[in-house]
Amino acid sequence: MPVIEVTELRKSYDGRPVVDGVSFAVEEGEIFGILGPNGAGKTTTVECVEGLRVPDAGHVRVTGLDPVADHARVARVLGAQLQESELQAKLTVREALELYASFYPSPLDWAPLAERLGLTAKLTTRFAKLSGGQKQRLFIALALIGNPRVVVLDELTTGLDPRARRDTWQLIEDVRAGGVTVLLVTHFMEEAQRLCDRIAVIDKGRVAALDTPAGLIRRSAGATVISFTPSAPLDDRDLNALPALASIEHKDGRITLSGTDETVNAVITLLARHRITAHQLRVVDATLDDAFLDLTKEATA
Amino acid sequence: MSTAVLKTEIRLFRREPGALFWILLFPTLLLVILGSIPSFRDHHGDLGGLRTIDVYVPVAVLLGMIVGGLQSMPQTLTGYRERGILRRMATTPVRPSTLLSAQMLVYGGAALASALLSLAVGRLGFDVRLPKQPFGYVLALLLAVLVALALGSVVSALSRTTKIAGAIGSAVFFPSMFCAGVWLPTQAMPHLMARIVGYTPFGAAAQALNQAAAGHWPGWGHLGVLAMWILLLTGAASRWFRWE
Repeated sequence: MPVIEVTELRKSYDGRPVVDGVSFAVEEGEIFGILGPNGAGKTTTVECVEGLRVPDAGHVRVTGLDPVADHARVARVLGAQLQESELQAKLTVREALELYASFYPSPLDWAPLAERLGLTAKLTTRFAKLSGGQKQRLFIALALIGNPRVVVLDELTTGLDPRARRDTWQLIEDVRAGGVTVLLVTHFMEEAQRLCDRIAVIDKGRVAALDTPAGLIRRSAGATVISFTPSAPLDDRDLNALPALASIEHKDGRITLSGTDETVNAVITLLARHRITAHQLRVVDATLDDAFLDLTKEATA
Repeated sequence: MSTAVLKTEIRLFRREPGALFWILLFPTLLLVILGSIPSFRDHHGDLGGLRTIDVYVPVAVLLGMIVGGLQSMPQTLTGYRERGILRRMATTPVRPSTLLSAQMLVYGGAALASALLSLAVGRLGFDVRLPKQPFGYVLALLLAVLVALALGSVVSALSRTTKIAGAIGSAVFFPSMFCAGVWLPTQAMPHLMARIVGYTPFGAAAQALNQAAAGHWPGWGHLGVLAMWILLLTGAASRWFRWE
């Protein structure tokens, strides 16, 4: 049974659909990413999973339970880090950890958790005096303190410096290694590519694609990027006729094509036929970034 | 009700010097200042033989409730909603309503402590007699606290931001102080004015407290007015309160 199951979820605000038929299932022990442009409906979707919002239609199950009707039971197994929230300004880090630990039947020991998130030196600091990164790390700690089966992390590493970001990624991998299922909302490609087993790309309230990071790259139109500077001008008609071509770009005499392996072979044949040398020829795999732009562009068209 | 939440809110309240001063100390301080004016310690015919200081003890008792319920609590509650603290708590097994109840207990408790302090200082410093009808006094006191909390809850239910809560709070604050008799004790008000004021939450509370202080059971009319306001305001607050 999937740990999180979202089926045909719909939610509108003032008649404007924000989530428009989203379905996905997250399996036990998986790191599942939700990727999408701003305003795509990512946060609303996870808020329905957290039981903060009541869906207009469709249903959501967390460990088989309804997050709205069975809120208390779901809250015991689900830890959440919200995109925008605060704590009482004068509450210290230690008090926050102790308070939130008291809400759960078998919480984690807060001291090692604080240590792991680099908060030990800040235990007596009040929330309002913490930096953005420290607040973020505290919220990650609070999401984990209940010893949850599932954690939902919305914009996990926003506000963290590159080092803290990498440490946090390591932490999430460790958490998953401990058997916890992770639902991760992000718009940060490197994070999704590094952490996620599978990704649902959400655009305009719908799932535009759902696959592994490698699968998303492979199936996007321009999975392979070829760039070179030709020794003599090439005919645009020849280039446009290349098989499986996704895009073409000229810049300062350099040509950048994206397509598939088939396109690569055809370019090499074309160059050989015209006896043109390709200077600084580079053939690289597209990144998740490229795949994402391609997928969300497709949905717009 | 989570005791951990209540303990935390009490601890946080103790870190607010402003709230501590205005709720706990200011009413008694006002009493001390008024009591230091010699003529306020003379008996007056138009106050039914009471001294000014005598009639100001119930006023000071109500003042702590008005400051706590109308000025401080709506600020805190609205801030908790505005800054997503309620939302964060909504994702835990403890419901955000726990935080609201804890807040009410803290401010209600502080207002009662302030009332006790005023009574004690009045008794020890200025020889003001303790209420002669203590049970009636306690009943009126509890109803007054509830009405202050209910009115404060309506203020935070209607306010989207802490700024608005501050503005609405102040708009209700001054009329409430007037009705409680801060400027003119209800005993000294002209008959018609006293009657009208008697229909307001704090006017009714002031008159009920005065009666109990004098040794009578507070009039059911005043207690009824208080009870009606509590029901009405609690209903309005729970109807209009938004969790986010």
